[in-house]
Amino acid sequence: MRGLRTLSAATVATVVAGFALVFFYAPLDADQGFIQKIFYLHVPLAIAALVGFMVAAVHAIRHLRTNDPVHDARSYVSIHISVIFGVAVLVTGSIWARASWGKWWVWDEPTLVSFLIVFLLYATYYPLRYAIEDRDRQARYASVFAITAGAFVPLNFLAVRLAESLLHPRVFATAEGGMPGSMWLTFGVSLLGIGLLWLTLVRFELVAKDTSAQLSRLRRALEGSPRPVPAGGESRPSTPQPAPDLQANRAV
Amino acid sequence: MATSTKRDNGVAEVHDAQQGREPPAIRLAGLWREFGERIALQDVSLELAHGDSLVVIGPNGSGKTTLLRVLATLLRPSGGDVAVLGARLPREAWRARGRIGYVGHEPLLYRDLTVSENLRFHATLYGIEAPERRIDELLERVGMSRRAGELTRNLSAGMAQRAAVCRAVLHEPELLLLDEPSAHLDPEASELIAPLITAGAGRTCVTVTHDFRAGLAAGGRALALGHGGWAVYSGPAEGLSASDAEAIYRGALR
Amino acid sequence: MRALGAILVKDLRVELRTLESVPGMVLFAVTTFVIFRFGLDRTSLDGSLAAGVLLATVLFAAILAVNRIFVAERDQGGLDAIRLAPVDANALLAAKVAALVVYLVILEAIAVPIFAVFFLDEWSALAPLALVLLLADLGLAATGALVSSLATGSRARDLLVPLVLLPLIVPLMIAAAAAAEPLLAAGAPEYDEVATWLAVLGLYDVVFLLVGYGVFDFVLED
Repeated sequence: MRGLRTLSAATVATVVAGFALVFFYAPLDADQGFIQKIFYLHVPLAIAALVGFMVAAVHAIRHLRTNDPVHDARSYVSIHISVIFGVAVLVTGSIWARASWGKWWVWDEPTLVSFLIVFLLYATYYPLRYAIEDRDRQARYASVFAITAGAFVPLNFLAVRLAESLLHPRVFATAEGGMPGSMWLTFGVSLLGIGLLWLTLVRFELVAKDTSAQLSRLRRALEGSPRPVPAGGESRPSTPQPAPDLQANRAV
Repeated sequence: MATSTKRDNGVAEVHDAQQGREPPAIRLAGLWREFGERIALQDVSLELAHGDSLVVIGPNGSGKTTLLRVLATLLRPSGGDVAVLGARLPREAWRARGRIGYVGHEPLLYRDLTVSENLRFHATLYGIEAPERRIDELLERVGMSRRAGELTRNLSAGMAQRAAVCRAVLHEPELLLLDEPSAHLDPEASELIAPLITAGAGRTCVTVTHDFRAGLAAGGRALALGHGGWAVYSGPAEGLSASDAEAIYRGALR
Repeated sequence: MRALGAILVKDLRVELRTLESVPGMVLFAVTTFVIFRFGLDRTSLDGSLAAGVLLATVLFAAILAVNRIFVAERDQGGLDAIRLAPVDANALLAAKVAALVVYLVILEAIAVPIFAVFFLDEWSALAPLALVLLLADLGLAATGALVSSLATGSRARDLLVPLVLLPLIVPLMIAAAAAAEPLLAAGAPEYDEVATWLAVLGLYDVVFLLVGYGVFDFVLED
């Protein structure tokens, strides 16, 4: 993949810059202290994961439309990295909850709760995929799942948020109201860094998958199997098999 | 019907003298179908005119059922050109569906419905109005009139097969695809269903069978599918000896 | 349309004959009520507790039906028969959704009165509750049918259906419970916020019916 090196470099640079800003530039929260800074990790991770799930749904739509396994791979990897980010969201969220409210989990934070549900849903992507043996059907059903789950995410956030605001109308010290400019800058850079990190990890995994797929194709070609070698498209076998010799083929 | 065999690059193709006059019932050009790593059908090319019959033979696992299911629009081709009853698959499958009849390994009948309930259900799916008379007539012809009110789960395999044939021909399809239609049937039952499943005016038949001499006797052709390739045989069945038949059968094995 | 009707009638006829789904659902629901009675150590429920117990029970009972809804098609080759016919794939999905709604309505017609007898002191809000349940049933059916069609093609289908379905159903649960809670409040039922939650339920139904409509062709093809 072109530009992977540039992308990685940009990611490292941005993430380092983000960390620097978090540690040395962003203001210290009076109430929660230093641990509040995990917010700069938690929220960007959440945003990246959510966007990642949406991206996976888009790739899934393209896969169903074109039947090109490339899009299935992209969808799968997007979900994979987003799920990993999702775990990080839950962990950092828990740490933040502990720092803010003294408990390791709070049901009052709608983002965290929505994320738990989303994570529980996407975690079923793997057992669903691997329970289907036929490769084509597996990819197709995985895409159907990715699209359904993608439609689910906004609905879920709406419902959870509505439940919190209508059922427990309390105002929380989230970072959304009245953030000073220095916080915005730090947040922005962190968001960019995490976003680039997501992209880089996805690219890395796609390259790794592509390489191992090419390797198995080469191996099979060397072993002389008649399997066609599609280059991202459908193609017929290049050498037709010699017809069997029919002694009794009497043409009339 | 004049036929000629052409050998091109080691692959035999049959050109029908009627080619070009009316679209054939089936036209395959380079059809291939894979399941993951396994190639079930490789580069099959064939044309079948309306009213003709084709018998498909070959060892187990050579792709006969796969071919039939592709023709029935139940499986998408992995590649190649496939046109069934003028509809190009898989895009135009919907155009051919109502005109195809299929008898597979499963009777495709719901076990918890009676025979006549099953047939009426299928009649509704195919948009046949007032199907009772046709259903009664078909059941009569296959000798199942008295079992019409029985649950399908209580039928023997042979009776279920006869009911399945009724299901397949209920809507008077132009193309009949039969996967070993005489399986489970004693000779008497086979004779009962035979007139329903032979090719003729308005009906083209593709039959997978192990008894291809009977199929060829009707003046049709045989497609031998094998793990190494495929070939088409056409010609009179009378001149075929048992060893010739064996050779054709094995010829496709290499 | 006629295909939808035919498939639905066929399913209902088979269910009537075999009684595979609905009696099991009803028995399961009533037993679950008993378990909740002892688990919560309560003989009377109201408000959020009543809503939660009722909806959770309906949800888990629904899974019993969802698990089986495509089994006849897959196992008995019925899927091939429907795919062969000149029938729209979505007619099959719509028929399955309709069948699930029917089963759930029958379940609730029996289980909700029993629930009221067991736990409720105040019955006046049962009529609007029926509307909440109906919308919830539609959403359950839409999502359940879609998930079942995916899982029936796989190996571990009895496990996969609840695993995948339950997270998907959470927003539905949230909305239905939030709508039912004021209806079952101790004292007099309140109707203020019910409309909002009914709207969310409706939105859920529409979204998942549309998703099913859009993707089901791909579930059926081979």
